[in-house]
Amino acid sequence: MVGRPIRPRARTDRVRTVSEPPPSAEPLEPPVDTSGEPTVGADGGFPLRVEGLSKTFGGITAVADVSFRISEGSLTGLIGPNGAGKSTTFNCIAGVHTPTAGEIYFNGEPITGFEPSQIATKGLVRTFQIARELEEMTVLENMMLAPSGQLGESLLRSVLPGLRKGVMAQEAELRDRVWEMLELFEIDHLAGEYAGNLSGGQRKLLEMARALMTDPEMVLLDEPLAGVNPTLEEKILDRIQQLRGEGYTFLLVEHDMDVIMNNCEQVIVMHQGKILAEGEPATIRENERVIDAYLGDSDE
Amino acid sequence: MGVAEQLTRGRSIVRGRIDVLLVTLLVVLLGVDLLGQLVGGALGFPFLASVFLEGLVVGLAYGLAGIGLSMTYSILNFANFAHGDTVTVGAFAGWSTAYVLGGLGTAGVGSLFLLGGSPSISVLSAFGVVVIGALTAGASGAALSLALDRVVYRPMRSADGISLLIASIGVALGLRYLIAFVYGTDVRGVTAPVSKLGLFRLEGVTGIGLIRPGQRVGELAGAGELPFFLPVGAGGTGSEVLVSLTLHGVALAIAASGLMLGVHLLLQRTKLGTAMRAMADNKPLARVTGIPTERVIRATWIVGGALTGIAGFLIVLERGTMSFTFGWLLLLFIFSAVILGGIGSIYGAMAGGIIIGLVDSMAIIWLPSSLTKAAAFAVLILVLIVRPDGLFGGVTTA
Amino acid sequence: MIAGTMGGIYLLLILVGLLAGFDAGGVVNTLRAATVYAAGYGMLVLALNLHWGYTGLFNIGVAGFMAVGTYTTAILSAAPSTEPGFGLGLPLGVAVIGGMLAAALLGVLTALPALRLRADYLAIVTVALSEIIRLGIKSRPLAEFTLLGTTVGTGGGRGISYPAPNRFGSWALETVPGGGAVYDVGAAVGVARPVIEGVVYMFLLIASAAAFWVFLVRVGNSPFGRVLKAIREDELVASSLGKDTRRFKLIVFAVGCALMGLAGYLWLGRSGFVNDLSFRPNITFFVFVALIIGGAGSNTGSILGGMVFSSVLFYFPQFVSQNFSPGGVAPRNFVAALDGVGAFGAYALQNISAIRFMLIGIVLVYLMQNRPQGLLGHRTESAAAIDLLDRDAGMRADGGAPDTASRPDRQGEDGE
Repeated sequence: MVGRPIRPRARTDRVRTVSEPPPSAEPLEPPVDTSGEPTVGADGGFPLRVEGLSKTFGGITAVADVSFRISEGSLTGLIGPNGAGKSTTFNCIAGVHTPTAGEIYFNGEPITGFEPSQIATKGLVRTFQIARELEEMTVLENMMLAPSGQLGESLLRSVLPGLRKGVMAQEAELRDRVWEMLELFEIDHLAGEYAGNLSGGQRKLLEMARALMTDPEMVLLDEPLAGVNPTLEEKILDRIQQLRGEGYTFLLVEHDMDVIMNNCEQVIVMHQGKILAEGEPATIRENERVIDAYLGDSDE
Repeated sequence: MGVAEQLTRGRSIVRGRIDVLLVTLLVVLLGVDLLGQLVGGALGFPFLASVFLEGLVVGLAYGLAGIGLSMTYSILNFANFAHGDTVTVGAFAGWSTAYVLGGLGTAGVGSLFLLGGSPSISVLSAFGVVVIGALTAGASGAALSLALDRVVYRPMRSADGISLLIASIGVALGLRYLIAFVYGTDVRGVTAPVSKLGLFRLEGVTGIGLIRPGQRVGELAGAGELPFFLPVGAGGTGSEVLVSLTLHGVALAIAASGLMLGVHLLLQRTKLGTAMRAMADNKPLARVTGIPTERVIRATWIVGGALTGIAGFLIVLERGTMSFTFGWLLLLFIFSAVILGGIGSIYGAMAGGIIIGLVDSMAIIWLPSSLTKAAAFAVLILVLIVRPDGLFGGVTTA
Repeated sequence: MIAGTMGGIYLLLILVGLLAGFDAGGVVNTLRAATVYAAGYGMLVLALNLHWGYTGLFNIGVAGFMAVGTYTTAILSAAPSTEPGFGLGLPLGVAVIGGMLAAALLGVLTALPALRLRADYLAIVTVALSEIIRLGIKSRPLAEFTLLGTTVGTGGGRGISYPAPNRFGSWALETVPGGGAVYDVGAAVGVARPVIEGVVYMFLLIASAAAFWVFLVRVGNSPFGRVLKAIREDELVASSLGKDTRRFKLIVFAVGCALMGLAGYLWLGRSGFVNDLSFRPNITFFVFVALIIGGAGSNTGSILGGMVFSSVLFYFPQFVSQNFSPGGVAPRNFVAALDGVGAFGAYALQNISAIRFMLIGIVLVYLMQNRPQGLLGHRTESAAAIDLLDRDAGMRADGGAPDTASRPDRQGEDGE
């Protein structure tokens, strides 16, 4: 069959470089250097690198000189109080905003200022905080939209009699994968529903399932647990951990401190557009500056 | 793949003020060419002056009509495609009234109402009637806009701009063919010929004067035959019209300017005006700070509708003819004025109107007459693509 | 559904025709004319549905693209020596393709800068463009100019004459064996030759409309169509899932415009003569109304809307007024019509054209307020090439036996 293979690669058997840790739940290496200098050969283990990122809107600086690296196969949390610049950083990485300064690298290639579609094609996909479901389309259609390399996305192939057969065959394959993914997220019973009829929590699940259908290497999750009840929250977190085990890398922007602390092995704290602290949850928890930032300055 | 990537790169290179640069370049080139033609004799000054003046007057009308459109576009967030037909309705209402009043006794009321009977109405011969007609046109425009808002747009307050746009297309059709049903589809002449005010040269003497409809400058025995002539200088030979404007055009210019001044005062000096400006900038914020938005919306329709109706009346006064589609045919010009000036900006609508009027009339210097309208529309497309905010866009209303 | 609606319309027209005292020929001709209208509108509404219903591109320049397609085909096919208008005398096939390409090219040129505009700005741009096209057609420079040594031109306000598409009727009957017999049958029943030829052309139009439909259903029920729907719903989502939305929009715009050009030629241009008045902006708005009635986003709805609009709102009132006149002279003007109910009725009948348009406007407002999704709306057609709910159905690439795992309950769904 022509085109990119659309089955997920078995990640566990990919070749690893020396700096990469195995994909189990072992703690990662200690906090990374944030001097902002590009390190040679770092891309082997760091699919996402942000260097010196800045973004101003008019006169307001939302993000100032932010640098960090995400390790492969990790679950990193990006937290900070309101207005810290998390969303802006997120959206710069995802291509919604063009950074005013700085560079972003994905798998060693620069993606600074690229369009969202180009970034997604490279394997970096994002979810939306307020789940943006395509409401007049069913859950199935939403899911079928996501995979890349679809033959039928060429007009001619979808229309011409002989070629359409090939498209239909691929559709059938995709359909099977879609059902599997829906079952994984336990929303297969909603398959024929219009996405506009789903509840908030169900939409979040669909959002994530759909993002995963693009067969990404790394997923940016924009507050996936916002407004979600505890049972569902647990379910979502379980899925994320399970998927980590299969080799996906996650960067999670969240408000809920506990979630981040209990699940992420790496935490980046932002405050007023800058990185305040970075490291393992235990270290962060005791970091005074972080506590101050969240509670407001109590004493100098 | 690749289309988006290439365009991103390309766009970031070309980004910046290049659009303004190109436009300025074009304007400068045209200006230079204009001077060249003037100096070289290909273009006569009287022609240039008359074309310029005509564009100015027409542009003032576009601007006046555009104020209402600009306000509703920004406050209610939709492009009102029925605006042109509101112009038409206002004009018909005003002129029917003028005919009935001005032609009393000369023909049946019904016939007069339908613009028959040919009473001789001009701004000189029936000034009071014309004024009443204009006021009626304004009142009708306001009443119509209010009624439409109540019936069509208010039930759709929460709808998106496109749905409202489509609904306004329906309203446009309804209004236009209501007029056609009542008045018929003919183009009718409406006003009586009227004197012209201008700069003339009479046998070597240049002066400002008034010339009657039947008179020709070259056939006059002397300045005494003119109702009014004030010499300002001597030089040149022979008699010719240097630049002139019909009194109807003068009336249009004066009325439009006066009304625009009035709107400016309304927006700057009154509480209502401040509220309207606030709403144009940020509706949710306005609601939160306690400005009664439904009331402001109603006021917008009233003010906008009144100006639109009067504009329609004045346009017909200046042109001398009207038909059931005349407002619809103007719609694109009015949109051009509003978008060029920046949606939501009253001064923008006025400035945009004048510019579009000038483009439309002065295009004839470079383009064949069949294409001059296309020039104005091309400007519209260019503005939307290059700088949709317009000249004053992004700035607060007025 | 389509057949049923058309059948209903036919019945209505037959009834009214008989009441008006038509003979067989008259009735056939009436049905033919109504069907031609329906097919023409059907094609245009389908094309607009591709732009607006599927992809959310608010194109109110339909008339302009129709004009470009028709005029290009006309100029390419018109004989060099005929006036008004001047052509190149190329074979019909070349001319038709040329017309579609011209419309598509204009579509691409428009779309490149304009597609990133928000919907209402795109609307204004397309309307302005449509008017520029009309003015251009009428203009002196384009009325007559030299291209590659030959004089070509639009004929300006006088229009252009070219080989008429509806000559297909007579051509087919003369070429196909047994064609002559059809004429005889017709004569026996009282249907004149021109009407028969017209009916044959009507079938060609129906075939075209059907071809449009099949094509667009395939486009819509496919991964391509899925992306289009996604673009309409939320372009950022489509983009964030890796789809190059610009490419899709460009392709769709070009294809839709080509279809509009073809429909313009086959329908509005069927008599072999057009001028600038043939393509006024009102046409675009009528196509829009038809689309909204039928339901934007649905191909079947597009055909339905085209049929209902053209027959009920457009053709029917015209037909009634032309064939039913009250006794005596109708009041000359509105004021005279106020004399009484009878007078008003007569006046209304005479001016039914204006009333019809008022009605169209009112219907549009009503729909936008109460049922913006029209008759069928967005949800009736599945954007996939196969039945997605039928997870165990054939087409398994590995040829394995279907799973016996439990299946979710089927929801009722209108398929293709």
